[in-house]
Amino acid sequence: MASLNYPLEHPPPKEEEFSFSETLYQWVATVDHKRLGLMYIVTALLFLVIAGLMASVMRLQLAFPNNHVVGPETFNRLFTMHGTTMVFLVGMPFVAGLSNYLVPLMIGARDMAFPRLNAFGYWIFLFGGLLLYFSYIGGGGLSGHGSAPDVGWFAYAPLTSKAFSRGASTDFWILGILVAGIGSVASALNVIVTTICMRCPGMTLTRMPMFVWVMLIDSWLIIIALPPLTAAQVMLLIDRFLGGNFFNTQAGGSAVLWQHFFWIFGHPEVYILIFPAFAILSEVIPIFSRKPLFGRAAMVGAVVAIGFISLGVWAHHMFAVGMTSWSNTFFAASSMLVGIPTGIKIFNWTATMYGGKLRLDTPMLFCCAFLLQFLVAGLTGIMLAVSPFDWQLHDSYFVVGHFHFTLIGGLVFGLFAGMYYWFPKATGKLLCEKLGRWHFWLFVIGFETTFIPMHFLGILGMPRRIYTYAPDRGWDFWNLISSLGVIAQAAAIALFIWNVVDSIRSGEKAGDDPWDGWTLEWATSSPPPEYNFEKLPVVRSSRPLWDLKHPHDPDWKFEQ
Amino acid sequence: MTQVQTYKGDALTLEQGWHLPDRGTVGIAFLIVTDSALFTIFVVAYLVYIGKSLNGPMPKDVLDLPIVATICLLSSSITVVFAEHALKKGHLGAFKLWWIATIALGLEFLTATGVEWHKLIYKDHLTIRTNLFGTTYYSLVGLHASHVIVGMVFLLLVMGVTFAGFPIQTQFRRVRFLSWYWHFVDAVWVVVFTVVYVVGR
Amino acid sequence: MALLQALGAPLPEHRVANIFKPLATPAQSEYYIALLVLAITGAIFVVVAGLIVYTIWRFRRRPGDDAKQEPPQVYGSNQIEVAWTVIPILIVFVLIGVSARVIASVQNASPPPQMLKVTLIGHQWWWEVRYPDYGIITANEIHVPSASATYLELQSADVIHSFWVPQLAGKTDLIPNRTNYSWIDPREPGIYFGNCAEYCGTQHANMLLRVVAQAPDDFKRWAAEQQRPAAGNPAFQSLSCVSCHTIKGTPAKGKFGPDLTHLMSRQTLAAGAIANTPENLRQWVKDPQAAKPGSLMPSLQLTDQELGQVVNYLESLQ
Repeated sequence: MASLNYPLEHPPPKEEEFSFSETLYQWVATVDHKRLGLMYIVTALLFLVIAGLMASVMRLQLAFPNNHVVGPETFNRLFTMHGTTMVFLVGMPFVAGLSNYLVPLMIGARDMAFPRLNAFGYWIFLFGGLLLYFSYIGGGGLSGHGSAPDVGWFAYAPLTSKAFSRGASTDFWILGILVAGIGSVASALNVIVTTICMRCPGMTLTRMPMFVWVMLIDSWLIIIALPPLTAAQVMLLIDRFLGGNFFNTQAGGSAVLWQHFFWIFGHPEVYILIFPAFAILSEVIPIFSRKPLFGRAAMVGAVVAIGFISLGVWAHHMFAVGMTSWSNTFFAASSMLVGIPTGIKIFNWTATMYGGKLRLDTPMLFCCAFLLQFLVAGLTGIMLAVSPFDWQLHDSYFVVGHFHFTLIGGLVFGLFAGMYYWFPKATGKLLCEKLGRWHFWLFVIGFETTFIPMHFLGILGMPRRIYTYAPDRGWDFWNLISSLGVIAQAAAIALFIWNVVDSIRSGEKAGDDPWDGWTLEWATSSPPPEYNFEKLPVVRSSRPLWDLKHPHDPDWKFEQ
Repeated sequence: MTQVQTYKGDALTLEQGWHLPDRGTVGIAFLIVTDSALFTIFVVAYLVYIGKSLNGPMPKDVLDLPIVATICLLSSSITVVFAEHALKKGHLGAFKLWWIATIALGLEFLTATGVEWHKLIYKDHLTIRTNLFGTTYYSLVGLHASHVIVGMVFLLLVMGVTFAGFPIQTQFRRVRFLSWYWHFVDAVWVVVFTVVYVVGR
Repeated sequence: MALLQALGAPLPEHRVANIFKPLATPAQSEYYIALLVLAITGAIFVVVAGLIVYTIWRFRRRPGDDAKQEPPQVYGSNQIEVAWTVIPILIVFVLIGVSARVIASVQNASPPPQMLKVTLIGHQWWWEVRYPDYGIITANEIHVPSASATYLELQSADVIHSFWVPQLAGKTDLIPNRTNYSWIDPREPGIYFGNCAEYCGTQHANMLLRVVAQAPDDFKRWAAEQQRPAAGNPAFQSLSCVSCHTIKGTPAKGKFGPDLTHLMSRQTLAAGAIANTPENLRQWVKDPQAAKPGSLMPSLQLTDQELGQVVNYLESLQ
């Protein structure tokens, strides 16, 4: 029979000794959502460091005009691999890892709906990533041309045709991402089915935690938006290997068609990437403000609206290709409209904090920085949505500044908030708060120093994706400042990794519920046993632990 | 026990039972959604390039309406429903019959496609690289045909284990999922047929 | 330099291409809408960021706060939420309306019949510039008359490029198998700098643009100069340079590389990568990969004597 007693009575964990090979086997063969979730996240962090190092080399090259740290071919591969890695091998596995780890715990289930599909998703993602990086060795193909792909992360045609991209480097880009994308779709399918079919008794959709709601909509977006990318990539493969004409302008094909297909995927993709941060904030901010999320229904509505509208804005990446004024106006309008539900979310988070008792611990610090940085990112996004302004800003460093503000200032900061928040649950140890604060402040300073100047560079006419520039264009000063910011960011990440490693070894014990939380993951031990809950919980509101901790003032008396 | 009793007055009580949809059903439904998104892009590419080929052969010169193949494929959706009903009632003999009919009709469709392609390639000299029509035609029809092949593999698998004595009625749920996939493939054919053989010619 | 001699007074150079210093009508209307958007988003930032910062500061937990006491659990407020939905919607509608108007005015401007027409064709990694009405083909520098409008037809010979001279107009892509249109009307004579703004391969960074706006009479003189054919040179014509380059009036009729008929009238070589000086020209012809690695111009392995002859000849192409 299902029941929930707080604090939990459960037997102490068994101490078991496994040999190294037994442990390795357990991890490799696991279908447990928690282990797979951690594997996704650790792999993503590894790729984050690799792609971050690539960015550091790029910033070193651009720190001075006419610099010779790397030549054009190397630089072009660096920005291609940096972008491709960050989007597909860092962002997407974080989506999968966080939802796989947390969703079953939050809905009171014992695992995902399809555990073996879950494992398949992880391993095929890893394979795809390794295939992409194998290009460094195998990209030469039979002709000896090429190494890693150098066509940019969005690989515009006809630069990607066999004529202009000889060797196999582009093929590694296509196949690596195609294969990893299958993993993403598998994971998303799993999340959808789990959320619909495996909620614990009493947990209606309206009582689901916001985190689960956001990841559900995220998964919807994935299964709708990933196939266009797969389709376009298959078309490109047909062009490159079978002599097809999808993007062959000599045969009457359209180079712009690739852009349409890519961005029909690409724009929802960036929302797919940011949703985990939205999800994390909607969990962390209430707990650290000691107040429920302000306007839950509106928050759900906003996420659904963002998901829906984001499918209709893609051509704002194409304002310069010469579409009709009707098309330009339509996409400008839809792109501005998507800012409205996003703004609502920022307002609701702020209103959650208003009147609360803010505990400014590390997770909350990252959330506060997110709010301000994502606000800036959203506003520069509005600037880019206004097509006449975009005609100047498109493909310049202004855009680079904008999307790094959304992806680092937004997503990465949100992910750090989540990692500091749930690390104790996953490992049973707390992360060191002092190191966390150092990490936070170093990262903020480094991030702002690197990416605010990029907006100025765009305004001064500096285009994207150039490996060097002349000293008389007025770009020297801000490029140098931007490059200097890398030092603080690198130090921050190093501190974080040290914090993680050291805390796993000898961190303070966390207990079941170190943050005084309200959702179901805090109702089991840290780390949770393989079966998650001894007895499946029964819930009556969206804050089941609040109800148990405040029996005279439970949520279900006030919620609709 | 106590928890259940205190929830008596609640609208969604456990006394009414906590029923959520079946995992497999929802899984197949969303698999169909994601697959539709994939087909949509190939259909869009086909539509965009209608009339844009710089050289022949052109669709109306070389495409004949595949009436028989279409009738066979769409009928196979009907036979698979009969097979399902037979299985549900436990009439194994009828099930086997209707299942084989489904497979045969699917095989006819694939054969007809193969014959058509043979003619297009060797007689009309239309290949995937000839022009925009060739590229989009073989891609779209090929994508559909590959989905038919996948369906056939599973249909044959079910037939194989049934004839080997496996109690297939215990897997009725999964047989039903397969038949939904098969209906999806047929629905896609309706779209492909319309776009390629009606609109595009 | 030949340019100065042909023009008399030196032209002001606008190397720092600040989009907020527009010097032509399209850039100007984009600048005005940019100011409006900046004002609106700036105001939004001040208000919202102010609220966020205030909230964090005011409601942070202070030492001595009772940790056990939870604050009032507020679930939402319909009035507030409606307000902060409606106000952004109104702001967005204003922005949409203004955008629609500017989009139409820039894109749908119909070119007056006497406008100068220039066809720009993007190559990896240089610009082919044609004046159909004058029969001129040149490269990398676009000469136009100031104070009147020039209509640009944008095409590409290989991959996607983008025409961006920030102080004159927003960018428009050059896409193979497609013709795009743009227009510029530099108010004052001067040299306006720009870059290719769509990644087009290895040397995208060195595909620079110069729009040279001249007073109308100076422009006519320049055009007349450009129409002059050049004298031939047997030594040059025996080398394979002619398979890629055209020199009007000689048997050199290659189309792959830039037209060299009036090479010395240009400020730079290799699409802005290096200045057009005798030493640079010699180095460029000898080993293009040194100055622009990845460039599609091969090194022809000329002997010193051949190199000298070629450079001498090229320097005569004023």
